[in-house]
Amino acid sequence: MHTTAAITKTSWEGGVSPFGTGWSKLMMWLFIVTDGLVFAGFLAIYGFLRLAGPSWPDRAKMFHLDFIALMTFTLITSSATMATAVGAARKGQGKLARRFLALTILGGLGFLGMQAYEWSSLIRAGATLSSNPWGAPLFGACFFVITGFHGSHVLSGVIVLAATWVRSGMGLSRPEGVEVAGLYWHFVDLVWVFIFTLFYLV
Amino acid sequence: MGEMSRAVHEPPTFLRRYVFSTDHKVIGIQYLITAMFMAIAGGGLVALMRMQLAWPGTKWAWLGRIFPDGMESGVMKPEFYLSLMTMHGTIMVFFVVSLGLLGGFGNFLIPLQIGARDMAFPVLNMLSYWTIVPACLVMLGSFWVEGGAAAAGWTAYPPLSAVRTALPGSQWGQTLWILGMALFIASFTMGGLNYVTTIFDQRTKGMSMMRMPLTIWTMFIASAIGLLAFPPLLAAAVLLLFDRHGGTSFFLPSGLYFGNQLLPNSGGTPLLWQHLFWFLGHPEVYVLILPALGITLDLLPVFTRKPLFGYRLTVYCLYAIAALSMIVWGHHMYVSGMSPYVGEFFAIGTLAITVPSTIIGVNMIASLWGGTLRFPTPMLFVIGAIVFFGTGGFGGIFLGNATSDIQLHDTYFVVGHFHLMIGGVTLMAMFAGVYYWFPKMFGRMMSERLGKVHFWLTFPAFYAIFLAMHYQGLAGMPRRYYAFDKYEYLQWLQGSHLHVSLAAFLLFGAQFLFLYNFFRSVFRGRKAADNPWNAATLEWSSPTPAPHGNWGEHLPEVHRWPYDYSVPGATGDCTPQTTPASVAPVTF
Ligand code: HEM
Ligand SMILES: [Cu+2]
Repeated sequence: MHTTAAITKTSWEGGVSPFGTGWSKLMMWLFIVTDGLVFAGFLAIYGFLRLAGPSWPDRAKMFHLDFIALMTFTLITSSATMATAVGAARKGQGKLARRFLALTILGGLGFLGMQAYEWSSLIRAGATLSSNPWGAPLFGACFFVITGFHGSHVLSGVIVLAATWVRSGMGLSRPEGVEVAGLYWHFVDLVWVFIFTLFYLV
Repeated sequence: MGEMSRAVHEPPTFLRRYVFSTDHKVIGIQYLITAMFMAIAGGGLVALMRMQLAWPGTKWAWLGRIFPDGMESGVMKPEFYLSLMTMHGTIMVFFVVSLGLLGGFGNFLIPLQIGARDMAFPVLNMLSYWTIVPACLVMLGSFWVEGGAAAAGWTAYPPLSAVRTALPGSQWGQTLWILGMALFIASFTMGGLNYVTTIFDQRTKGMSMMRMPLTIWTMFIASAIGLLAFPPLLAAAVLLLFDRHGGTSFFLPSGLYFGNQLLPNSGGTPLLWQHLFWFLGHPEVYVLILPALGITLDLLPVFTRKPLFGYRLTVYCLYAIAALSMIVWGHHMYVSGMSPYVGEFFAIGTLAITVPSTIIGVNMIASLWGGTLRFPTPMLFVIGAIVFFGTGGFGGIFLGNATSDIQLHDTYFVVGHFHLMIGGVTLMAMFAGVYYWFPKMFGRMMSERLGKVHFWLTFPAFYAIFLAMHYQGLAGMPRRYYAFDKYEYLQWLQGSHLHVSLAAFLLFGAQFLFLYNFFRSVFRGRKAADNPWNAATLEWSSPTPAPHGNWGEHLPEVHRWPYDYSVPGATGDCTPQTTPASVAPVTF
């Protein structure tokens, strides 16, 4: 069984391994930092525009918050199934890991489906990038761009997970691979928590 | 075992070996040559600008044939001048200096100086290079689309960059500019992640962080700053694209008129872009200058034969600069309608940065003190870099103070200042680096005689241009104007334009001497010894030129810091990093 320590030992000939991680995990962490900063940029822009804007639409009128809560719940649950998959992969229980990976993928797809539904109902009500029947047009612009950007991350996460699922079925995937994919998935979920809070709640 | 077989087998085909190579050395050289090519392009653009400024309104019939739109019947149009200026800045900052220093020297040196066989992710590395190639083509190609290249400045301020009807260059040129920058950011991110991971995880035995040469330290810190600062710009660029093509108003307020037409936008503000741009833009200048300082610092001990002064302090200063550079972006916006209190915050932060910067400068000068100085070509350029760093930093103090910057902002004083810094220091360091590591790259030496002539033409010409610009700025000459002959109060400066332009042509011409020397030496240069400069750093412990995999069967083991020159009790005046403590005392 490959453990992180084994990977580090072969590639690491000097000094002290900084975080006891192999390259791919370290790389994913660094990537998450940069990608997180893209979202930080977006959300800072959103905050700036909102503070500078004269009025902001009443979100309770615009959205069905129960539905959004269900979306959020689905995504958070998929994080839990992901954690289970990683744990199983580490213990060498490949079958169980694949089953939970599949559940995670389903969770992601469910989230995307609900987001598509939400978008289409808003668009049908007349919201576009440059107009918004509930008030400030900029809110609509921010909403579509930023949740769209997040949605594209969920989609790429689903693709990564599906690739991991297929590869592990063929016996190609190492536990570290599942773990790295899991890191990305948790990150995408965490970003949603911020978006959820800033766009729907406050 | 796996390590070893990787070291021995070279890729079999020409294509895999020199074009789609995953070898960090080949990729580094590819980056370097791409940067040189882009430098000719960026220099050519500025040659046109200088022709216009020296002889405004002159008719150049042959140019009219090359640029039938921008120079119809051979006379430069104002909007064409703006396109030239925008693309000159963009190309030089991102596609010459970033590419040359981080892409070129970063790739070439990081594995060699830390004792690794390659980058942590060689394929990603190759991908990073092959992402920058289309980026270059998109940028250059934008001159030939309808309306010409982007014209809103390298800072791409809205509304010129956001409203498609604002300028001819605001049409497709600006969209291609955004695309090119997005590709650049993608490539930089791949490279930067790779550098940081490699430096963390791939050092050879004994190569602790505090034994790394400063070149590696600066590459590490510059990559880290870049990784932190580029993402928000990417977010901003996405929004700019939506403003241009999606009808949004992130950066556009209400009540905007272009050509007597009221635009429908409302709610946004161009200030938002300025903040986001400079949140990247200021750290970016450190991304550029830190590796240049690292190279300068690293070459000093080789040509003074004494240890570097203040290594540890320099490392701490690098950290301080990195941290401070993230919170001073507002000094580019003192006149953008900023509360004086916020301005004061940014001014204090900016002046705080001058402290670690000055310490590094003083460490350089102290490294010269009492040494056995020699002046081959690389050392001449090192001295040039130190001199420019001092002069440029001096101008920075006046710009950092909000009170004096209100007077100097958007004048040629700023142009003079930043060219000395990100133009001069970086150019000098890159030349020093090329002359110095050329043998490692190609196994041959460059011509010393041509190198010296190159230096003695480049250095004075550079000074003649940018020192003069400081005076023009103090006299109130604004930047980004296509001609000054219409302004009464600037009439007396027309002679200084001629002076600057002639020096600029000299500078541009002198670089062909360098290119000739470079390409001639690749094939005809004198064969180099394994360690031609008698230097202590790790890259010279591998054969010259370094083979695929860099070292033979065993990776080297490091026993000391990289600056053990003239160690008392050692044989010879250079003790390489691989020398064990039993042979020569370890000083650091
Ligand atoms: C002593 C430290 C420095 C200080 C206090 C300083 C201060 C400033 C200030 C306040 C400005 C804005 C001027 C204006 O637009 O009105 C400026 C512009 C600039 N500085 Fe510096 N600077 C320093 C060092 C550097 C370094 C090390 C670099 C590059 C490596 C650099 C590159 C630039 C560039 C590129 C601009 C112009 C940006 C533009 O408007 O297009 N500076 N500097
Ligand atoms: Cu700055």
